[in-house]
Amino acid sequence: MMNLLRLMSGRSGSAPVARERLQILLAHERGVGGSGAPELLELLRSEILAVVSKHVDLDPEKVVVKLDRGKFVSMLEVDIEVPNAAQRSKLVAAT
Amino acid sequence: MAKVLVVTSGKGGVGKTTSTAALGAALAQAGQSVVVIDFDVGLRNLDLVMGAERRVVFDLINVVQGVAKLSQALIRDKRLENLWLIPASQTRDKDALTDEGVRRVINELRTKFDWILCDSPAGIERGATLAMRYADEAVIVTNPEVSSVRDSDRIIGMLDSKTAKAERGERVEKHLLVTRYDASRASRGEMLSIDDILEILATPLLGIIPESQDVLRASNVGCPVTLNNTNSAPSRAYMDAVRRLMGETVPMTVPVERKGLMNRLLRRRAA
Repeated sequence: MMNLLRLMSGRSGSAPVARERLQILLAHERGVGGSGAPELLELLRSEILAVVSKHVDLDPEKVVVKLDRGKFVSMLEVDIEVPNAAQRSKLVAAT
Repeated sequence: MAKVLVVTSGKGGVGKTTSTAALGAALAQAGQSVVVIDFDVGLRNLDLVMGAERRVVFDLINVVQGVAKLSQALIRDKRLENLWLIPASQTRDKDALTDEGVRRVINELRTKFDWILCDSPAGIERGATLAMRYADEAVIVTNPEVSSVRDSDRIIGMLDSKTAKAERGERVEKHLLVTRYDASRASRGEMLSIDDILEILATPLLGIIPESQDVLRASNVGCPVTLNNTNSAPSRAYMDAVRRLMGETVPMTVPVERKGLMNRLLRRRAA
């Protein structure tokens, strides 16, 4: 019933958005003031950005470096969104 | 053996002082001897929420600086004889607290009480770090809202690195207390759900305190909510949380308001 009402009013819950924004932000911030190396993630991000930018035009905001802390191992996740036009030039650059 | 528990959050206004008073009173109601300490130097409020604001003579700073004896700063609750308060100073600034002084006061309290609850100020500065410094356990108070969850994450990082226990290679046991929770808004996807918060913060849940008018009503009259109306939804939630703190296994529920017949009829008509 609530779902039906929501569909009719054209609004949906904002909680999923809140959750996703938090997950991305905190993945970034963890380590600051905690036990990990404070600027490690920012350093990794800027160096990765510099290396890839040599070959591809990138939107710096679309480079996401995440570190998921686990009990025994942590997972470093690098997510780089490449625009389509630039992707072609990257392929050219690679060959 | 005495347990030192810090009630902290990073963000202000999420319910640290309300929760300290409610948990302290509920522990005392369960027969434990309890002291609650206000660490919010310059902006004390625990005395007001506990209804002891007119009985403050000496405060934590006086004891830390050796101006007053601990026994002079301890204020006994008028309703519960095993509940005590040490107020913060209203006039000094946070630099008046010293690490060594706080350690000495906490060690002395350990010999006299079962539970020592430290009400942390907001922020991550001296007052907040000293409130958590000698804690064995921590209650992290979080609202289902993005800024509160972010700040809680930061505080969890500090509990794991800046406390005396962490420096000895031990762990401060952490408990998450979600306050101002509205189950119906969460179920409609308008508010972060308990599962969302637990997934993000990865910290065991101590309790869920529902949003309720009883909380303001209790602070208006200067009475911990668990003492003011024992049967209200937030009271029952705090009491369940305290049973979990004492090691009992209590099923996790969100207590709801018990509506009278008239209320229910009116609600139905309105809906």
